Amino acid sequence: MSDHSSPEEIKKEVTRYIAVFVALIVGTIITVAASYLHINSVAETVAIALFIASIKGFLVAGYFMHLISEKKMIYGILIATVFFAAGLMFLTIWSMQSDSLIHTSLIHN
Amino acid sequence: MEIPYNSTARPDTGLYNAKLGIWLFLASEVMLFGALFSSYILLRVGAEPGAWPHGLLNVKMGMINTIVLIVSSITVVMAWASLRMKNWSNYKKYQAVTLICSLLFLCIKSLEYRDKFNHYEIQLTDGRVADGHLLEQDADKVVLHGHYINKEEAAKVTHAWQEREVKEEEISIKQSEIKVDNGRKCMENYGPWHNTYMAIYFTLTGLHALHVIGGALVIGFIWGPGASMWKTDPERYTNRVEVSGLFWHFVDLVWIVLFPVLYLL
Repeated sequence: MSDHSSPEEIKKEVTRYIAVFVALIVGTIITVAASYLHINSVAETVAIALFIASIKGFLVAGYFMHLISEKKMIYGILIATVFFAAGLMFLTIWSMQSDSLIHTSLIHN
Repeated sequence: MEIPYNSTARPDTGLYNAKLGIWLFLASEVMLFGALFSSYILLRVGAEPGAWPHGLLNVKMGMINTIVLIVSSITVVMAWASLRMKNWSNYKKYQAVTLICSLLFLCIKSLEYRDKFNHYEIQLTDGRVADGHLLEQDADKVVLHGHYINKEEAAKVTHAWQEREVKEEEISIKQSEIKVDNGRKCMENYGPWHNTYMAIYFTLTGLHALHVIGGALVIGFIWGPGASMWKTDPERYTNRVEVSGLFWHFVDLVWIVLFPVLYLL
């Protein structure tokens, strides 16, 4: 994000921030309202809640943290972070599979 | 010796030092919270069917706290925009609101913690389990506002909305009716020791609350004692506000994920 933006550009950004703020409040209300829906499928409940949370997360990261228009180096850092965080999640889920190598070695030892 | 790129961006990366530093720090924070989230997934998926508790937390309190953090996020970014427009008084007002929001968030969180420390599960000698908030306790009896748990019915609860429909009433239990196991009464509150869910709840929200305290201290320092830099090096001061704001937005982002995961699912 340029630090030498004109006042007009900053005013436009401010309008965008207010729009994002309203969207985040609406998203929060929808998240809570959705939890009161009598949905019997656990997978559907989780999917709805995490879908709304993802949109809200994107709005905060994209506009409040300016990731939508950041420098290449920041993207590089974040790509590496996402790679390792995804790896961490994958290892966790993989370790829960009953036929995974971790389970097999634990049983044999 | 003057450190280069403290307030101006390095030509090749387009970043000043603190901005690169905060993003590297936030990357490490993603891994920290990522490790705890993966622990949550492991515990949740590994729980026996019907064993994972639902509806234990106050959704209204959680929702108010979410809104409080969202308000603080916009005031942080508006404060930064005000500085870029050289509007010092607006900056001060917006950051004051941010600091008030951070205090409000912590107050609500501590009320929620107090509620859990006052919420008890009591096993009775006849096999029933009473669950509710402690109203009164003396040498003869314990009075709760809650309900009796039917283990078979409880196992069928898989959604928070099912738990919220349980009717609560005043329950008076004689001290002699409370089951004793190894010389210890089976009466325990919902602290982090109570079950796996409460343990991960306190760990995740406690760590998040520490981040709120840390962020508020930094924002408060820049806003108060550190404000003199605005007169000597306004560009560097604006960068400080931006960097502390990035951390604050990350704290908000973590809560956006924590709220549905812990309160609603």
